[in-house]
Amino acid sequence: MSLVSMLQSVLVLSGALFFLIGTVGLLRLPDALARLHALTKVDNLGLGLIIFGLMPSAGSVAVALKLLLIWALVLAASATAAHLIANAKYVRQRENADGASSTPQLDPARDAMPGRGNKHAAP
Amino acid sequence: MTPGVPHSVLAVVAAVLLGTVVLGLIRIWRGPDLADRILTAQLFGTTGVALLLVLGQIQEAPALRDVALLLALMAVLTMVAFVARVWRAEDHSAAPRPPNEHSDAGRGK
Repeated sequence: MSLVSMLQSVLVLSGALFFLIGTVGLLRLPDALARLHALTKVDNLGLGLIIFGLMPSAGSVAVALKLLLIWALVLAASATAAHLIANAKYVRQRENADGASSTPQLDPARDAMPGRGNKHAAP
Repeated sequence: MTPGVPHSVLAVVAAVLLGTVVLGLIRIWRGPDLADRILTAQLFGTTGVALLLVLGQIQEAPALRDVALLLALMAVLTMVAFVARVWRAEDHSAAPRPPNEHSDAGRGK
């Protein structure tokens, strides 16, 4: 296996690892606004690493640039969607601020994933 | 011409991405808010793009790259449509909107 292939494999595998990290953040963070952070930043970085790993295998320069364009488009699309969701969520959060809050409070017993080392989770 | 990434590595990456999507389903089931579910839809969009690109490399089908491009576009359109039409519309669901006194419609000359 050549050096470029090894580098490509490292990039693609770390991209997949970043996707996994982002999803763990999606599951364990307390609020929707915090989950947006994990989703847009980490997942887009993982996608970028995967694309950088796949780019040397593309047939021509045009195809490699198309892959890069896909990443740029997903970045812009995720930023737009995240802003829209966060804005709407923040507006609702402020509307409910006088009465009962509709946002989930930090509750380790509720949000913990079941497991052996986790004392907050249900057995 | 580089030999490229070995197919076993790409298969592992595709399996990890699929596991990511399955874990995202937990957030759809559990998410107490509508915002949690719609941002998991964004996860599906990004992970779908990555999965399509990896599968396009495994199966040597370059058309899947164009499908990934279209999926990215559809994801942002879906998000905008949902937030503007469904989510915002819930705020105005109760009372009918009063007619706008400042519009010029209906006024004779």
